[in-house]
Amino acid sequence: MSEFTEEQLQKYSRQIILPEVGGKGQKKLLNAKVFIVGAGGLGCPVGYYLTGAGIGRITIIDNDTVELSNLQRQIAHSVKSLGKLKVDSVSETFKNLNPDVNIVGIPQKITKDNIMDLIKNHDIVVDGSDNFPTRYLVNDACVMLKKPLVSGAILKFEGHVTTIIPGQGHCYRCLFEEMPPPGLVPSCQEAGVIGAIPGVIGSLQAIEVIKLILGKGDVLKNTLLIYDALKTTFRKVKIPKNPDCPVCGSNPTITELLDYDAEYCAAH
Amino acid sequence: MEEDIKPDKKISIKGLVCPYTFVKAKLAVEDMKVGQVLEILLDFEEASKSIPKSMEDHGQKVLKVEKVNDTDWIIQIRKEKE
Ligand SMILES: [Zn+2]
Repeated sequence: MSEFTEEQLQKYSRQIILPEVGGKGQKKLLNAKVFIVGAGGLGCPVGYYLTGAGIGRITIIDNDTVELSNLQRQIAHSVKSLGKLKVDSVSETFKNLNPDVNIVGIPQKITKDNIMDLIKNHDIVVDGSDNFPTRYLVNDACVMLKKPLVSGAILKFEGHVTTIIPGQGHCYRCLFEEMPPPGLVPSCQEAGVIGAIPGVIGSLQAIEVIKLILGKGDVLKNTLLIYDALKTTFRKVKIPKNPDCPVCGSNPTITELLDYDAEYCAAH
Repeated sequence: MEEDIKPDKKISIKGLVCPYTFVKAKLAVEDMKVGQVLEILLDFEEASKSIPKSMEDHGQKVLKVEKVNDTDWIIQIRKEKE
């Protein structure tokens, strides 16, 4: 009990008093290492709530800088951080929220050449990226390293969340074996979004991460959660593991990371 | 007369208010073994009601809640589950 400081007891009191957390759960959170891909619309709320919860280490990767058009949804940035690297901006925000948490910002693009080294020393990966090449790269790397992955996506008034536990459930390629051709799926730059939508989806991702760390509750394994903000509905769609999945199936054809940008452009 | 149970552990949470009263009590119970008894001394009236209720909600057994003087209460909890 006395392993917590008085300050920590105060800071985390509202979660320690939950039967599912307690002192034991809080220690798990304090010892957990989470990797977040993207410091944008999803990465900001995910990182914010995980920082508040007292996750031990949060590593966040993004090579972008903060622009004015980001601020309506990327809540960890502010007008003071315009022009700064997003990872520097979020590191400052998260450290101000909770100096206990070790925040590591990596101002790079995540690629097939760095992803394995970057994620291997983390317990859970969160995908908050805004493009398909990165989504497939992160999925394939997590399957190969057997890292749980909490994936989120948003578009217009809709959001998706799913939790991939390699070896136990589906992966992103079981759901969509190949990337959609460019042009078919508009990127965030082409399609609008209400800022609160990534807030909802990022918050759901943060809760999935916390449940994985605590080992409590049911996560979105073999399930895609679809949030329709216009209709105000949440729908769960069962996603069976595909035995012939090219990356997580019994005879995988993808056994090393690909050139995802090239795959994406070659698709059409 | 109820029989006196000798606690395995005693804590004082005098001076503390909600929710730290329950945080301290809960962490103390977590560190004990099933079957052991915790005695809590407190002076925050609301907690003399809320701690027993929350302990029961969490599956522990409340053995005693007693006002011992003008300002203080004693609560005894037996740990029933992890
Ligand atoms: Zn798969």
